[in-house]
Amino acid sequence: MRGAWKWLREKAITIYGVLAIAYMLIPIAVIIVFSFNDPAGKFNFIWEGFTLEHWSDPFAITELTDAMVLSIELAALSTIVSTAIGTLMAIALVRHEFFGRRASNFLIVIPMATPEVVIGAALLSMFLLYGVSPGFNTLFIAHVMFSISFVVVVVRSRLIGFDRSLEEAAQDLGADAFTTFRTVTLPLLAPGIIAAALLAFALSIDDFVISNFNSGTTVTFPLYIFGASQRGIPVEVNVIATMLFAVTVAAMLFTIWQQRRAERMAEARPEQELEPTLALAPGQGRA
Amino acid sequence: MTVIRRRLVPYFLLGPGLIWLILFFVVPMYFMGRLSLEEGSLTEGFRFTWQFSNFTDSLSEFDTQFVRSFWYAGIATVLALVIAYPLAYMIAFRAGRWKNALLLAVIAPFFTTYLIRTLAWQTILNDTGVIVDTFKTLGLLGDNGRLLDTPGSVIAGLTYNFLPFMVLPIYASLERIDESLIEAAKDLYASAREAFWKVTLPISAPGIVAGTLLTFIPAVGDYINADFLGSQNQAMIGNVIQSQYLVTNNYPSAAALSFVLMALILAAVVIYIRFAGSEALMGEEARRA
Repeated sequence: MRGAWKWLREKAITIYGVLAIAYMLIPIAVIIVFSFNDPAGKFNFIWEGFTLEHWSDPFAITELTDAMVLSIELAALSTIVSTAIGTLMAIALVRHEFFGRRASNFLIVIPMATPEVVIGAALLSMFLLYGVSPGFNTLFIAHVMFSISFVVVVVRSRLIGFDRSLEEAAQDLGADAFTTFRTVTLPLLAPGIIAAALLAFALSIDDFVISNFNSGTTVTFPLYIFGASQRGIPVEVNVIATMLFAVTVAAMLFTIWQQRRAERMAEARPEQELEPTLALAPGQGRA
Repeated sequence: MTVIRRRLVPYFLLGPGLIWLILFFVVPMYFMGRLSLEEGSLTEGFRFTWQFSNFTDSLSEFDTQFVRSFWYAGIATVLALVIAYPLAYMIAFRAGRWKNALLLAVIAPFFTTYLIRTLAWQTILNDTGVIVDTFKTLGLLGDNGRLLDTPGSVIAGLTYNFLPFMVLPIYASLERIDESLIEAAKDLYASAREAFWKVTLPISAPGIVAGTLLTFIPAVGDYINADFLGSQNQAMIGNVIQSQYLVTNNYPSAAALSFVLMALILAAVVIYIRFAGSEALMGEEARRA
């Protein structure tokens, strides 16, 4: 009896943690399970029976497929632009001392501390006053805007842990500034840039609030779901969500596997330092 | 010549991004401020008249929603902290080779769309679901026998949706702890409990501050959870702003409400940081995960 009590005390935190993880995963399980449901009415809330019907043709609903395609296009485009702009900003902030650095930092942080509903409303206010009719263009502007700050933060933390002697070595060996940047800086920075791009893509494809204000009649994937939630969500939404989930998890596992491989290779050559690509530990320091 | 060019480099690098943020964040804020002081309607048009009554009128009309938003977001933040801290501790110190897998599980909800996750809770808490049945059997349910459309369901949704934002910064701050510090405390005859309260917890404080901000700020402005899991009686300030803007087209009132919301959040954050210490400013870094 005392042994059991001791065991429980030792393992209490592990049990709690496992329960918390289960809590986080339950809704995902529900989404997956209900993609196989055969609902009686329009609403996919009650389990009626197993069917593969909705998996056989997940792209049957054209509105849904169109919205998905539009979301992917929007996310791809805004990711490319915000990653490029944000990376340059991060380089400026870490590598250069200049007048207005604090103000620039502030301007980058403040959009992240502003509720989305306020950002969305403010952008719409401006578009209204200028008579710009909302649509794909305004969505693109908004998505780049809210992604920039996150890109800067991710790339900056990679830059802070950067060994500058490598660049100096390249320059000693006669490389000019641009060649050094292209052949040394950029490859070393790549994991940070890729992580930032992935985050920007995820933020864009999942954004509902800001898009809801600035979409006009354009329908993205989250906006389609919001509209459909009033009249009943088709099971195909669960199917597509499950597919998206599977693809993302596969991509993450691939990244972790690659990272492990890189670590093993680095162990073989101890002079090479490698940082995890899946950088979850924030701020190894702050400029 | 080269000196001047070198001095200009950071401005060229920053330029595109700063211009984008100024044009599409700062300028819109100015226009929203302007709009909040206009009068008129969509059909007659709006005129700028320093209409300060937009602020007083909308505040007195929607004060319940304001109070409710801060109340719900506050409870959700505390609940998220209670769930997240032991979880983050377990991942940092007890997970061993499962660490990466557990971190993946923590961010897994982000791989499903926010709206779909919230709709999944609608399914789970549905009137005919297992949870409602269990609660009924235990006699825990109120008179109408429902879990949806209650403050509880909205707060549960907020807690769930922003939980990863709490776990990740706390995990990151615990992960950085040098375990020899804890050993040193124990060598100096601190009990496990004392070592936790006097060493581990203070070192992880920045993570807690970051996590609470990253949970609280989006939760106050949220309107999806109140929309999907609540009813009119659980409407938050986000719902009001959204419907004033997009449904009733009462732009000045919506703009005034947005401004008040932002001011209140800023005030809350400043007070909180004063109270919790300035390391809190590290917070924003953590959201990137």
